[in-house]
Amino acid sequence: MTPAVSFAKVSRHFGSVRAVDMVDLDIVPGEFFAMLGPSGSGKTTCLRLIAGFEQPTSGSISIFGERAEGVPPYRRNVNTVFQDYALFPHLNVLDNVAYGLMVKGVGKAERHKAAEEALSLVRLPGYGARRPGQLSGGQRQRVALARALVNQPKVLLLDEPLGALDLKLRENMQEELKSLQKALGITFVFVTHDQGEALSMADRVAVFNDGKVMQIGTPEDIYQRPKTRFVADFVGSSNVLPPDFVQRYSGQHRWGSLRPESIRIGRAAKGDGVAARLVSTNYLGATTRLALDADGLRLHAIVPAGAKLPREGEAVMLTFNREHLHLMDEPG
Amino acid sequence: MRSDGSQPAPLGLKVAAACGLLFLHLPILLIFIYAFTTEEKSFVWPPPGLTTQWFAVTWNRPDVWQALSLSVRVAAISTAVALVLGTLCAAAVSRTRFFGRETISLLVILPIALPGIITGIALRSAFSLAEIPFSFWTIVLGHATFCVVVVYNNAVARFRRTSGSMIEASMDLGADGFQTFRHVVLPNIATALLAGGMLAFALSFDEVIVTTFTAGQQQTLPIWMLEELIRPRQRPVTNVVAMVVVLVTLLPILAAYYLTRDGDQIAGSGK
Repeated sequence: MTPAVSFAKVSRHFGSVRAVDMVDLDIVPGEFFAMLGPSGSGKTTCLRLIAGFEQPTSGSISIFGERAEGVPPYRRNVNTVFQDYALFPHLNVLDNVAYGLMVKGVGKAERHKAAEEALSLVRLPGYGARRPGQLSGGQRQRVALARALVNQPKVLLLDEPLGALDLKLRENMQEELKSLQKALGITFVFVTHDQGEALSMADRVAVFNDGKVMQIGTPEDIYQRPKTRFVADFVGSSNVLPPDFVQRYSGQHRWGSLRPESIRIGRAAKGDGVAARLVSTNYLGATTRLALDADGLRLHAIVPAGAKLPREGEAVMLTFNREHLHLMDEPG
Repeated sequence: MRSDGSQPAPLGLKVAAACGLLFLHLPILLIFIYAFTTEEKSFVWPPPGLTTQWFAVTWNRPDVWQALSLSVRVAAISTAVALVLGTLCAAAVSRTRFFGRETISLLVILPIALPGIITGIALRSAFSLAEIPFSFWTIVLGHATFCVVVVYNNAVARFRRTSGSMIEASMDLGADGFQTFRHVVLPNIATALLAGGMLAFALSFDEVIVTTFTAGQQQTLPIWMLEELIRPRQRPVTNVVAMVVVLVTLLPILAAYYLTRDGDQIAGSGK
């Protein structure tokens, strides 16, 4: 099957800065693909390369099998939902949504009808006459979404679209985007720095760091089987274990990761485990997060609420199921 | 609690403010009154009698019409030149980053900071060096130097307030460069350009110093007025013309003021 978007050894350098460095990736048609990474990791530049706002310094990009280098943004069947929404303040909501059809020369009645339909799709029917300035952040977000979808793009690009929304609204929008994507069957490419958002929404996630793709996989892959220390740490704050430590439990001299929820806390000097000292506890509601010190190695454990906890400063014995200790590709 | 609204200003301050305003505006009023005087050789106070005959006299003087027409044409062309160059320059400075950007920004604004006499001498010597004869176009060139600044300043401020991703959004939605300019950029900077253009027109219309160096034998309206003051005949004609000049320059400036104020509201509502 032809990939929706395909990067082959794509680099984008700004002077001496390698914003995107030899990236290879294939996005499957109809999937919800997340690009996850800290700010400055190259994920937004990758999105802009797909949209056509940037051109690769080297390498090749194709969109549904067609080479995209040199093709201007207005000749790509790709639309973007911008981080700041970028609605046109001088047009009302209906004309904002109909803009793409207007520049293509679609007649007024027809494009307004299509825009009304797109507004219903994002659950803003009847808002057409308002100005963008009269809408709330969440509503503007929906208008931006409708404005992109009305052109029936093959790929929809979303640049941190939920970043400016408050928590409750964000959670609602996550569900809505997900179901919208399922209903429309359009390929969504979603840029975010929020690992929870990427894991909960995407079919597959690409983790970026320093302009490179660290790992591509399903959310479960990324979370359970990180390949590098960076991925283990960035996605879900896993405990990164040094090779010497890992060798004692697995026999292999490699970096390992252990999920905080995989660690069990026991009484000191009972059974064979890792002797540690409880440094601090952090109450999070449903769970409690413990900071532990195992002979200089800082570990984190998450225990469910209500569990009996040792006092801070007390010696404890840590145990874990060996299966949960994940060995990473990075050699020691 | 607002202290400025609840407490009346002291009497001394009120008197001082009134005196200041009178000092600024009384002479203008005087000019208007002298337009109706019956004495034509010198201005005497109080006017010996009032008449409206000078309006008819002015209407029938061809030299007034020539000067007025020259001034209007110069102002119109200078403004048009300034609109194109000022907008392009503002777009370049506010939209892109390049070597020497700050320097160019400063150099564009410099002509309005420089005394007009420097600009005038500089242009005159440049024209004579290049052996360009004085013409309509040398006046336009002189005026364009400061008209560009006014348009540039207005446009740059508006460009900075409009979100850069709006242009990208337009391209993303399928609009090419021209469509983007026509449907997104122009509507967003239109009021700023109109305001800048009107200010530029008003500045050009009553400019004297640069014009004296670049006009040669031609007379724009302000220069005609200066010459007229020396001659002792039909003096109130100058005053009639002065009234017209005040109106012609004041109206665009007022309009520009209201337009930019509304423009702020439009730009602000998008945020």
